[in-house]
Amino acid sequence: MVELKINNQTVQAEEGKTILEVARENNIDIPTLCHYPDLHIHSECRVCVVEDNWGNLVTACSTTVRDGMEVKTNAPRVLESRRVVTELMLANHDTNCTMCEKNLQCELQRLASNLGIQENRFGSVWEKKEIDDHNPSVVRNPNRCVKCGRCIEVCKEVQGINVIDYMNRSHETSVEPTYGRYLSFEDCTFCGQCSSVCPVAAITEKDETDKVWEVLHDEKKHVIVQVAPAVRVSLGEEMGQEPGSIVTEQMVAALKKLGFDRVFDTDFTADLTIIEEGHELIERVKEGNALPMMTSCCPGWISYVEQNYPDLIDNLSTCKSPQQMFGALAKTYYAEKEGINPEDLFVVSMMPCTAKKFEAAREEMSVIGDDPDVDVVLTTRELGRMIRQMGIEFDRLDKTPFDNPFGITTGAAAIFGATGGVMEAALRTVSEVVNEKPLEKLDFETVRGMNGIKEAEIELGGNKVKVAVAHTLSQARKVAEDVRKGKSEYAFIEVMACPGGCIGGGGQPYGTTNATREERIRSTYQVDSEMEFRKSHENPAIDQLYKEYLEKPLGHRSHKLLHTHYIKRN
Amino acid sequence: MSVLQNILKQNPKSEDYLIETLLSLQDAKDEPCISEEEIADIAEYYGISPTRVSSVASFYTLLSLRPRGKHVVQVCRDVPCYLNGSENILEAVKEALGCDIGETTADGLFTLEETSCLGNCDGSPSVRIGKKTYENLDSQKVKEIISGYREAK
Ligand code: SF4
Ligand code: SF4
Ligand code: SF4
Repeated sequence: MVELKINNQTVQAEEGKTILEVARENNIDIPTLCHYPDLHIHSECRVCVVEDNWGNLVTACSTTVRDGMEVKTNAPRVLESRRVVTELMLANHDTNCTMCEKNLQCELQRLASNLGIQENRFGSVWEKKEIDDHNPSVVRNPNRCVKCGRCIEVCKEVQGINVIDYMNRSHETSVEPTYGRYLSFEDCTFCGQCSSVCPVAAITEKDETDKVWEVLHDEKKHVIVQVAPAVRVSLGEEMGQEPGSIVTEQMVAALKKLGFDRVFDTDFTADLTIIEEGHELIERVKEGNALPMMTSCCPGWISYVEQNYPDLIDNLSTCKSPQQMFGALAKTYYAEKEGINPEDLFVVSMMPCTAKKFEAAREEMSVIGDDPDVDVVLTTRELGRMIRQMGIEFDRLDKTPFDNPFGITTGAAAIFGATGGVMEAALRTVSEVVNEKPLEKLDFETVRGMNGIKEAEIELGGNKVKVAVAHTLSQARKVAEDVRKGKSEYAFIEVMACPGGCIGGGGQPYGTTNATREERIRSTYQVDSEMEFRKSHENPAIDQLYKEYLEKPLGHRSHKLLHTHYIKRN
Repeated sequence: MSVLQNILKQNPKSEDYLIETLLSLQDAKDEPCISEEEIADIAEYYGISPTRVSSVASFYTLLSLRPRGKHVVQVCRDVPCYLNGSENILEAVKEALGCDIGETTADGLFTLEETSCLGNCDGSPSVRIGKKTYENLDSQKVKEIISGYREAK
């Protein structure tokens, strides 16, 4: 322990902690900009400077506390220094805040406001630079970039990809892909993790709310929406509630108020995915074919394999993701059943994910002509924006259930949003189908939680089978390397590109940290535990769908509608 | 084997040797610059992204991603040289070369650049041409040095 003073207040602190950590533990706030929980600290922005008793201005985020230290967080010199660096950033920034996606959610705006900046002594040297909006998922706007490096850190260290980095030096520094290229499916997975940590609006999801407003106001269109499992445990946060709030039924009510004709649950097709993927696994294990099988519900992971492990494409399950299974069934089964011309049917998804926008735009994802099965994908953040635009008081909405026929779901589907959830759901079904007896315990705790790579072992028809779960692409890479080298001991591998799985997706509310991820994971398993059905093969609505339409898992219709193929990129 | 492949083989296969590789490659070429293809090859060899390689290459003034003339003339713009008149030196160089900062002369012989400290402050104002540093300069000396290079070709 060391003893130091912060603003004349004597505090005890653990050795090795930074001034910032110790100050915040003692309810003294020091403003920061480049600092982000869970990411490495680089002290790029110099906003967090404080004065020590040796007369130095030091960065609180990277300076560790020492015995006898006396820190002033608000000395005149400190405030002036913070103002100078902030004004310098603003001098090279498109400061048209009212016309910005991040208006009122921007960390630079908040900083400038807290520092009381009303004029800039340095004027403006900002020159308009080209915006990269050449992909379906994310938009990079260098005019707003403050070069904090968070996106670089997340892309390089968490995802292990490093599509973007600092270029050049000093006042010419920019943050961009090699040779100023556009983000493209050749190397970017569109996971959107960069957009979720950017403090300003320099990387954002591609906002498509306008397209949805337009069809909602079009009388001729029948507009339906599906909502991913991860959104019900994060939308509350977007609307100002505590992290991990479960808002399933308020969310359905809000979507009805926005004007959607039917509100369906992606959980339904998550159950369907388990049935198809489970049978695919059973078949592959039986034939010893293309093992380990790897999950395919995460488009970020799919892109990563297509770009970096084209030799492992056969290991990917051929199952479409729940989002795309839903789209395909909506445009065929649902349209037929309801007597709607597929041309008048418009399918919207609410997803925690920016990569889902790219997925929906893939050529393979059209079962009728070249009309996309899912017309528009919105992220949790965009949904929040629509709810605010409509002036809906989210907290006061009546609880409303999902519509049928895609409304009856199970706990197995609910956990799809968390890392390990797809694996657990699959194990519940595969084990009961193969062993022909009910599981004693439904909870596979070893595949849950925030550890990078997790394992489990189950017995299938008398054989022991090992499975693994990885989240973040840097962890997935380790697992994929073993598969490539033929060293993998697993039969089945689940990968989700985002930390914590989709609950930590790139389209989730700003400010997502590992702490909020833990809260959302906790809620996810709570939703599961409270469900009437907790295994996908016990979902009566899925049973009916096979009877009425699909006939049998991996059958002819399934192959046409629910399975897909992958492409070598790069 | 290509020049680049030879250079790559000289060091252990570790990203730590990236800067060394880039410098040796640039030195070994007639045109002192690294091309986009070379960036891609280096990235593949070390198992890192091309973005990482170009980030490093674009940071150091010693390295260039843009084609440059045979002789790269770098005028120090840091404080000690500035105090000793680097402003005039820059003007003299511009005049002698007939081109501006970042430009290459029409004959492809020279490229003019600014640089941060050359570590030669006691001999300020300093200019580096290729690998050679010239010190205690004035406008007249600059003229002579440049002519020297022109004549030698
Ligand atoms: S979307 Fe993902 S892969 Fe692409 S730049 Fe951002 S963090 Fe990197
Ligand atoms: S794009 Fe955003 S996160 Fe990346 S450096 Fe710029 S401001 Fe920071
Ligand atoms: S983990 Fe989920 S949110 Fe992240 S890219 Fe994959 S599907 Fe999208």
